[in-house]
Amino acid sequence: MSIPIDPALEPPTAPSDGGAHVQTADERGVSQGRLTFRRFMAHKPAVVSAVLFILIVGFAVSATGIGPLPGWWKWNYEELIPITNAGKPTLTLWPFALGDHPFGQNTVGKDYFAMVMRGLVNSSYMMFIIGLIGAFLGVIVGALAGYYRGWVDSVLMRLTDIVIVIPVIVIGAVVGSAVGNLGPLLLALFLGFFVWTGIARLVRAEFLTLREREFVEAARVAGASDARIIFKHILPNAIGVVIVSTTLLIAAAIILETSLSFLGYGVRPPDVSLGLLISANESAFQTRPWLFWWPAAFIVILSLLVNFVGDGLRDAFDPRQKRIVFRKVKELPEDAVIVAGTTADVPEGALVTAGGAAIVEGVTSDRPEDVLDEEIAPDPDRRG
Amino acid sequence: MLSFVLRRIGVSILILIAASFLMYTLVALAKDPLEDLYASNSPNRDALIAQRIAWLNLDQPIPVRWFNWLLGAARCVIPFGGCDLGVTIQNQDVTVVLARAMGATLQLVTASTILAIVLGVLIGIISALRQYSAIDYSFTFASFLFYSLPSFVMGVLLKVFVALGFNDWLDSPVFTWPWIIALSLISGIFWQAIIGGNRQRRLVVFAASVITTGAMLYGMSITAWFLNPSLGPILTPLLIAAFAAGMVLIIAGARARYAWRTAGVTAIVLVAAYFVLQPFLKSFNGWGVFALFVAAALVGAAAGWFLGEYDKGQAIRIGVLTGVLGMGVIVLDQFMQNWNSYVNNPKVNGRPIATIGSQTPNLQGDWWIQSIDTFTHLLLPTISLMLISFAAYTRYARGGMLETLNQDYIRTARAKGLPERTVVVRHAFRNSLIPITTIVAADVGALIGGAIITERIFAFSGMGALFNQGLSHADPNPVMAYFVVIAVVAITFNFLADLAYSAIDPRVRVK
Repeated sequence: MSIPIDPALEPPTAPSDGGAHVQTADERGVSQGRLTFRRFMAHKPAVVSAVLFILIVGFAVSATGIGPLPGWWKWNYEELIPITNAGKPTLTLWPFALGDHPFGQNTVGKDYFAMVMRGLVNSSYMMFIIGLIGAFLGVIVGALAGYYRGWVDSVLMRLTDIVIVIPVIVIGAVVGSAVGNLGPLLLALFLGFFVWTGIARLVRAEFLTLREREFVEAARVAGASDARIIFKHILPNAIGVVIVSTTLLIAAAIILETSLSFLGYGVRPPDVSLGLLISANESAFQTRPWLFWWPAAFIVILSLLVNFVGDGLRDAFDPRQKRIVFRKVKELPEDAVIVAGTTADVPEGALVTAGGAAIVEGVTSDRPEDVLDEEIAPDPDRRG
Repeated sequence: MLSFVLRRIGVSILILIAASFLMYTLVALAKDPLEDLYASNSPNRDALIAQRIAWLNLDQPIPVRWFNWLLGAARCVIPFGGCDLGVTIQNQDVTVVLARAMGATLQLVTASTILAIVLGVLIGIISALRQYSAIDYSFTFASFLFYSLPSFVMGVLLKVFVALGFNDWLDSPVFTWPWIIALSLISGIFWQAIIGGNRQRRLVVFAASVITTGAMLYGMSITAWFLNPSLGPILTPLLIAAFAAGMVLIIAGARARYAWRTAGVTAIVLVAAYFVLQPFLKSFNGWGVFALFVAAALVGAAAGWFLGEYDKGQAIRIGVLTGVLGMGVIVLDQFMQNWNSYVNNPKVNGRPIATIGSQTPNLQGDWWIQSIDTFTHLLLPTISLMLISFAAYTRYARGGMLETLNQDYIRTARAKGLPERTVVVRHAFRNSLIPITTIVAADVGALIGGAIITERIFAFSGMGALFNQGLSHADPNPVMAYFVVIAVVAITFNFLADLAYSAIDPRVRVK
């Protein structure tokens, strides 16, 4: 669906359906994927969050090492080191120096920087595994239910109802108390099997509408198999829903994992998770507040960053959310062209003018403000 | 309609049974209930093991155990059927434990749910009305922050900063000048951002709120108000009048004379009641106070009925709201008058905000003192639960309001010259509430069971604690009892949400 078209080759006709589009020169004749990417890049908080997230996780991974590769930090999270200076943090920002124990030492003398970095790595890879497995299962279940309908849909959706009745934290605690001692990786795998329900419902709803569209009919007439229609034709059109809800699922997964570890059903000692660090040092807040602050700050930061990225992705895939209401208009760019068409709620093709093109009024940004009472963002979803 | 309800109930029961099997199997496989006994070295270990196997039927395979459990649980639905949810590993009857836990949890979640809905919707709508302004961005950031804050972090922070901080500060409750200035400036910025308007109006609002807040804080400081708080005979009538005026302005608009008359009469009756009730109020108990609220609502309704002219329904609404809120002010004043004797109670010892449990053990006192005690214990967990769900409501309310404000009928309402207040309150607000009902219903179901972490942090023994302790001691029956309650509540509330949806939105038909 997203064949890149050279902007110069695209004929300057307006889209035949959809509301009054405000097109800028940049957005004429650009593939949908690139449009989405551009809108995401224009969402500053989301981009900054994505970059920060990668930097933080990369920093933690490089400090702890990965697999057989040792990290650059001198202590290991399990080493017992004699406590110096009452375990206070040695990190100084000006002049910047890490010192021996930048985040201090915990009550038995383990280096807290190494523990927090280990917890950060554990928590972040667990949240990706939980989120991705959940998304994968959700897409499969939702796609099959929405595409085949009938008894397949009934069976799969009743199955979803059965799992959704049990809150995630409850089923997570039960699963965690069973497999938590098998290590973070297996725990994350098992947790992933119980978080797919939300995505399954969204994907099913998307498939139910998309399967009635002409391009599916066309693919079927052309002899495409069911699998090909599902994965090559329908799924790419539902990709927005999938990506956004996966991101939000990942953000929910870090809260789930740290909460379970806090309650004692997640990662078990001697291994480390951010939630576990907080639960171990909750009572030491008065005497050694840094033992609480570091893991707490990293949980909030990770979760906040992923949520911001999710928000940016949602705006990028569904720009309808971004409209301005009231008699307020954003300045349009110099080269903007306002294309008056049918309103968004009229069914497609209901009011197509000659040649399939809507009336191009060619009004530019000097149009009086009170005429336009809302800025309507370009809406590629309606181009079919 | 009837067939829809019946079919839905039938499917729900089947889902419940299947989910209970899934849960039972998982719980049974998760941990061995005999684990602690195998590890013990008491002389009668084998006898204890045999006893526990008999109590929990551990000699039978899991499906058989589940089926027996299900038969016992099914009797709970039949009236007087002899509800049987099994026993705990200490051979206590689970139904008894469950009833106690449910009571505690309902007490905990009711206030936080109501507050979260009211505040979340209110702030979401303000945010939508001021879209892309500084206040919108601040609310958006705050809601993201609260949404990303795990409840255990929130709980610990509240314990340390709010509880310990406030209790320490109460030793000498004086605002220093930097605090007064900072708080006044914050309130000035906040109110000018919410009220909005042109630059002149913003400046006036800013100056007014800075001066009011500063004077209030200074006054509280020099009179040591926090040691002996009360609203007194001046502030109480003023607050009642302010609520009455606020209700009129928001619901009916400044030009509706019948609304002013209704609210005015209700407020006058309430102020009179305040002075008449003063000597007796201390001897009232919970039912008495409840009766007062009902009486106030009736007075408001009567005022609305007789003075409502052409819009009796709206006048009654204004009257009832004014009556209930005004009575709230009177009751609040009475609580404040009792605050000092609560704080100086030897059991409380000058540190009122509690961080654990649900009541001060062996506290002596009348209903007012006991209620203050409950309030100080529930305050922190309520704030913690509220802030978390509040964040989601803000987002939904904002999105819903923006969606509604973009509809054509809003344009029509504006075009025919309705005042902005009418457009927002009558046309947009009501319609934006429709999608929120569904989310509220689903959340109420989740909240009753979802306080597992908050209850652990504040050592509150409700449903969450029942589940948590059951699971960590490998005790299957309390965990299953917990599951049954939350699953039934969740299914019921979803069902109610669907019905409510079709009731308030005629475009939606249940089928």
